[in-house]
Amino acid sequence: MIGKMMPFMGKSLSVAAIFFVLAWTATRAWADEILVSAAASLTDVLNEIGKGYQSKSKNTVKFNYGPSSGLARQIDEGAPADIFFSADLPQMDNLDKKGRLEPGTRKNLLSNQLVIIVPADSKLAISSPRDLLKADVKRIALAEPSSVPVGVYTSKYLTDEGLSDQFKPKIVPVQDVRATLASVESGNVEAGFVYKTDAAVSKKVKIVYEVPIDKGPRITYPVAIVKDSKRKDAARDFMSYVQSPAAKDAFKKYGFVVLD
Amino acid sequence: MIFSFETWQITLFSLSVGLAATLLILPFGIVLAWFFARKEWPLKSVIETVVLLPLVMPPVSTGLILLKIFGRRSPLGQWLYERGVEIVFNWKGVLIAMSVMSFPLLVRSVRTSFAEVNLRLEQIAATLGASPLRIFFAVTIPLAYKGIVAGALLAFSRALGEFGATILLAGNIPGETQTLSLAIYNFVQLGKDPEAYTLLAITVALAFLFVWCSEWLVRTGKKT
Repeated sequence: MIGKMMPFMGKSLSVAAIFFVLAWTATRAWADEILVSAAASLTDVLNEIGKGYQSKSKNTVKFNYGPSSGLARQIDEGAPADIFFSADLPQMDNLDKKGRLEPGTRKNLLSNQLVIIVPADSKLAISSPRDLLKADVKRIALAEPSSVPVGVYTSKYLTDEGLSDQFKPKIVPVQDVRATLASVESGNVEAGFVYKTDAAVSKKVKIVYEVPIDKGPRITYPVAIVKDSKRKDAARDFMSYVQSPAAKDAFKKYGFVVLD
Repeated sequence: MIFSFETWQITLFSLSVGLAATLLILPFGIVLAWFFARKEWPLKSVIETVVLLPLVMPPVSTGLILLKIFGRRSPLGQWLYERGVEIVFNWKGVLIAMSVMSFPLLVRSVRTSFAEVNLRLEQIAATLGASPLRIFFAVTIPLAYKGIVAGALLAFSRALGEFGATILLAGNIPGETQTLSLAIYNFVQLGKDPEAYTLLAITVALAFLFVWCSEWLVRTGKKT
């Protein structure tokens, strides 16, 4: 009996083996690994979204985090990134002009809000930008208003509000958002302007005023597929995932405003 | 965090690529340092200065030049790409950035130690009929070896601290090209100070150890 079964079992085993090998190579062939170059401020939320994506998809996603200007530079030189997620519109425009982006894939996905922060133990009564004009607010930290996006946006906002001249003597230009947070945390300045998402990472500062979205400057985080990408299908798949409800919830959880 | 998998992975990655970079530049550095210490030729000072440049240039600008050279849009980058070699966004990019940035330190230290070798000993070996190659390996290198090891340790420490050129050429990809310095930058950007301090402590401990050993070798090397 067993002897008679053997050839049959052998055959079905080898059929099963071939089937598994085929299935394995098939998934290997279809599974892609994509690389997303993203602004450093998106690290936490994209790590979470990346995990969510990988649990649903056969593709894997890796991230390259850095300053938007450096990431754009790398893509311009032909670095093998599949998707560019910038914290800054001009960097994306620059690549677009040079024809480095896949046409029709660019999307303004996220926005942020400007907020005024003070040290968590601050006793100052500040509830609007005008309160910062009071005499006991001596210094206000702001990321370099000539080049760093948050600084550029803030000075535009202050100009629009007609506060620019009065603020000028109090403004201390610092290197970036992290430096703004650090100087407010340490109490070396009485207040500072940062993005809402940045304020959320520090427990030593508190938000006293959120610039309303319609009054503030339009802050945009654009995302696009890189033209040189060798894995455009997988890149498109991930692009649609970052616009899915699950990803949108994650962005909101980290304080971003999702644009529609 | 302190004993997390990521911490170990990042530390081991930095150490192994740093070591590979040091071993890669060691033979070139020794030969070049010997020429600088022993030979004279026209425009020698120009070449010496060019070799030293990465030491004083902003690392980001060195990184930008490397990105230009190895990027897919350059002739060399294209040639490598067609042969399946990717430098940008790859551990090989980390290796090249570290090598270029630590090369000047190696050459400078080794050159000094060659200059301190008593020329008479080399001349005596020559009168006894030893070939220049034999003199180099049997007299010069053994007499200068402490300085060479000291230079290698210094170069290795510099490689571990490399940031500016690495982030431009190799990117900051966790688990693939992220070194200790890049991970510290990332954590600082995210306001994750405890994680940054943990990696900082590891970096300081390693740097202290290697620089101290290097200094010790230089000190004891001079007595002989």
